[in-house]
Amino acid sequence: MAWFLRSKTPKEKLKVKKLNIPEGLWLKCDSCKEIIYKTELDKNYRVCPKCNHHHRMNASHRISLLIDNGSFVGMDSRITPQDPLRFRDTKRYKDRLRTYTKKTGISDAVICGEGMLNGHKVQICAMEFGFMGGSMGSVVGEKITRAIERAASEKTPLIVISCSGGARMQEGILSLMQMAKTSVALAQLSEAKVPYISVLADPATGGVTASFAMLGDVIIAEPNALVGFAGPRVIEQTIKQKLPDGFQRAEFLLEHGMIDMVVHRKELKNTIGKLLDLLERTKT
Amino acid sequence: MAGQYLDFEEPIIELEKKIAELKAVSKNNGVDFSGEIRRLHKKANRLRHSLLSRLTRWQRTQLARHPSRPFAFDYINMMTKDFIELHGDRHFGDCHSIIGGVARLEDWSVFIIGQQKGRDIKEKMFRNFGMPQPEGYRKALRLMKFAEKFGKPIITLIDTPGAYPGIDAEERGQAEAIARNLYEMANISVPIIVVVIGEGGSGGALAVGVGNRVLMLENSVYSVISPEGCATILWEDCKKVEEAAEALCLAADDLLKLGVIDEIIKEPLGGAHRNPEATAGILRRVLRRHLQELTLLSPDDLIQQRREKFREMGTFTER
Repeated sequence: MAWFLRSKTPKEKLKVKKLNIPEGLWLKCDSCKEIIYKTELDKNYRVCPKCNHHHRMNASHRISLLIDNGSFVGMDSRITPQDPLRFRDTKRYKDRLRTYTKKTGISDAVICGEGMLNGHKVQICAMEFGFMGGSMGSVVGEKITRAIERAASEKTPLIVISCSGGARMQEGILSLMQMAKTSVALAQLSEAKVPYISVLADPATGGVTASFAMLGDVIIAEPNALVGFAGPRVIEQTIKQKLPDGFQRAEFLLEHGMIDMVVHRKELKNTIGKLLDLLERTKT
Repeated sequence: MAGQYLDFEEPIIELEKKIAELKAVSKNNGVDFSGEIRRLHKKANRLRHSLLSRLTRWQRTQLARHPSRPFAFDYINMMTKDFIELHGDRHFGDCHSIIGGVARLEDWSVFIIGQQKGRDIKEKMFRNFGMPQPEGYRKALRLMKFAEKFGKPIITLIDTPGAYPGIDAEERGQAEAIARNLYEMANISVPIIVVVIGEGGSGGALAVGVGNRVLMLENSVYSVISPEGCATILWEDCKKVEEAAEALCLAADDLLKLGVIDEIIKEPLGGAHRNPEATAGILRRVLRRHLQELTLLSPDDLIQQRREKFREMGTFTER
């Protein structure tokens, strides 16, 4: 006899009050796996308070980190992507664009504008990794080129924060040409004698590093940021060897003379501010 | 050089064999097959025409990588006189995948920079399969500045699968080397003519690709990523190369439509590898025409024209 079976059904179902716990209050650090309170992480510039790991940050957060409160004015946000190749892989490019626009609230992978940084008027561009891996297609190229041109004509320093996997395959050759377009524009900026500070965030690879990201008068990388041209997986497949620890990390690039400094996010604004002070100072 | 062929070329090769056989028979036996031979010749030409005019983009990629296709050195030897090769980037080493030097092309002294692949396995290794090291881009830039100093036009011949994905290339800053070339090529005050002769592979190709004119041979390709790379990343299946090549729109007529190149250079019937001399002749005449036009421009106008050309690249909507 199945004495363990419930012979009677309860007259009324037990009412369990569901606790309303908002999701994502606690996060696990990507590096040390410690549990961190999200607010604490955000307050700490999304840097892990335990191990100093720099977590990814969205573009608008990055701008608010560098630009004086309330002084940011967005530019060129009306530029939206097209689908020149009618590209389709497992999904249509058009559908991907729609999904990412919804997800990030922006029309493509960069936010550009101007604002004040410790009292200096600057042009600033921040790439959004959350939008198709921060990839550069025609819109990213055009917006960055326009920011460069504004910097040249208004003589305001330019800051670009790169966080991108490279050129956007879905726009084919036109994405590759954005590398040339932005680099050619930077040649003009150089003639205008306007400082350009390039900030490399994790990851900065492919077509972005092979163009504007590595052309800064000053190149600053965030600690441990992956910076390179070919991605580590591609290199591993090619040479069929495991890559050494720390390869293509910010500190590795510093050691090899490719960047000027590795700066903690907390120090970034003041470091750039000081640089601009020194560069703009005229002998009195 | 025409020893190797691709699957889709097979019908033509069969026909050519037949023609050769008939010729041999008629020569040895004194039988006149000339009518038949003429007929077969016509048929072969028609076949070549129809086969090559409806190639898929993947087949075109294969043709661009054809083992018998002329390489940079072949064109240099066939088009120019007195070529003197110059070596080294003056920083670290000499890259063998990017070659360069000065030569006489018709009436001009020109600097030629070419991306060079190898034909046999030994040479392929020596040329690193056409994948440049950072020193290659830096050598190219050194030669371009040299050309500028003496007011000589620059011709670059693009033929590379792409930059070399190796530890050493990263250590020595290949991203910076490519970026530097794009930036510096915006400032060069002599004419720059870029010709994609085979494979235009991504950043490695673009690093010598910022010109006043960008031309493509009919069966060359130029792409942001190889079909193999694209298939692996987007389809997560390296066998989807045909789909990837199709989606990437990497053929010469695609690029002309997208406004990325200025002109398509016709190849002889059957492709450049079927008649390298004729191809070199066509290329030389095309280069002459562009040189005639560009040498009329002042240094400032050349820089301006090049900058404006690349400023216009891309499509977007502005509301």
